[in-house]
Amino acid sequence: MAEVPSYLSPTGQEIVFLLLGAVAVGAALLVVTTRQLVHAALWLVVCFGALAGCYLVLTAEFVAWVQVLIYVGAVVALLLFGLMLTRAPIGRSADLDSGNRPVAALVALATAALLVTVVIDGFRTAYADLTPGRGAAKELGSSIFRNWVLPFEALSVLLLAALIGAIVLSRTDIRGR
Amino acid sequence: MHIVYPAVVSALLFSIGVYGVLARRNTILVLMSVELMLNAVNLNLVAFDVWLRDRLHSGQVLTLFVIVIAAAELGVGLAIVLGVYRNRRSVDLDGMRDLADPGTEPAGIPGDAAAESATTPVAAEAAARSGEAKP
Repeated sequence: MAEVPSYLSPTGQEIVFLLLGAVAVGAALLVVTTRQLVHAALWLVVCFGALAGCYLVLTAEFVAWVQVLIYVGAVVALLLFGLMLTRAPIGRSADLDSGNRPVAALVALATAALLVTVVIDGFRTAYADLTPGRGAAKELGSSIFRNWVLPFEALSVLLLAALIGAIVLSRTDIRGR
Repeated sequence: MHIVYPAVVSALLFSIGVYGVLARRNTILVLMSVELMLNAVNLNLVAFDVWLRDRLHSGQVLTLFVIVIAAAELGVGLAIVLGVYRNRRSVDLDGMRDLADPGTEPAGIPGDAAAESATTPVAAEAAARSGEAKP
């Protein structure tokens, strides 16, 4: 960590990462500002896809594919189902933002300023050499099933609980006694 | 790769998520913003795992765990939102003021008007329920 390459001569990986990050941030901004409910879900797809590209650039291949499968595939489909089941209006709706929007913008700007300042100040000299293959499915799978088995099993119990909970909550013919 | 780049991108994504949670009125849009915040955390985890070259791959494994937990959270959250919609015919967060102090209704927010004037949708809901129970 002694010699840190200059910020003025970015490598190709950094340029690609920054472009993907700009896409992700722009799509996220559109998610929280768009006036059409369904478009918010679709911009979420763009944001998550760009983030998957970021993971790929950071050599985390397996996480990238899991991101594509679960977030882009399942989570956004679930959100669209939720939008449909609550009869979300297609097209523009005027009242998507609540009354505390200026305060929210202020809080978000303050959070962004604080976090970016701290992060830049703290990690200015941090540099990671990217070596491909560290995030491959083989490495990650052997790590999960060797060192992280117990959290993995606990997570499967959590998923089962969430599944049963979602079914019980959304069925109308299960009554309490 | 300078670690500052992923860290800054993730900080910006997190703040956008904070804005969405605070400013949006529709519950499902708030859930989307929560997902944005979780993704910001995931990007941080991956970046620092790559930087620190963890032998156990804690960062990436924890990212996978966070993704799974986010999916579970979203499933239960959407079930709750659907329950709220069934009972109130609306998923507006500003309208859910049952636990607020009486007399603190802020101006300009259409409080329970949507839920109270929902006399006609009740019939529709009953029809939907009977249709639902048939299969």
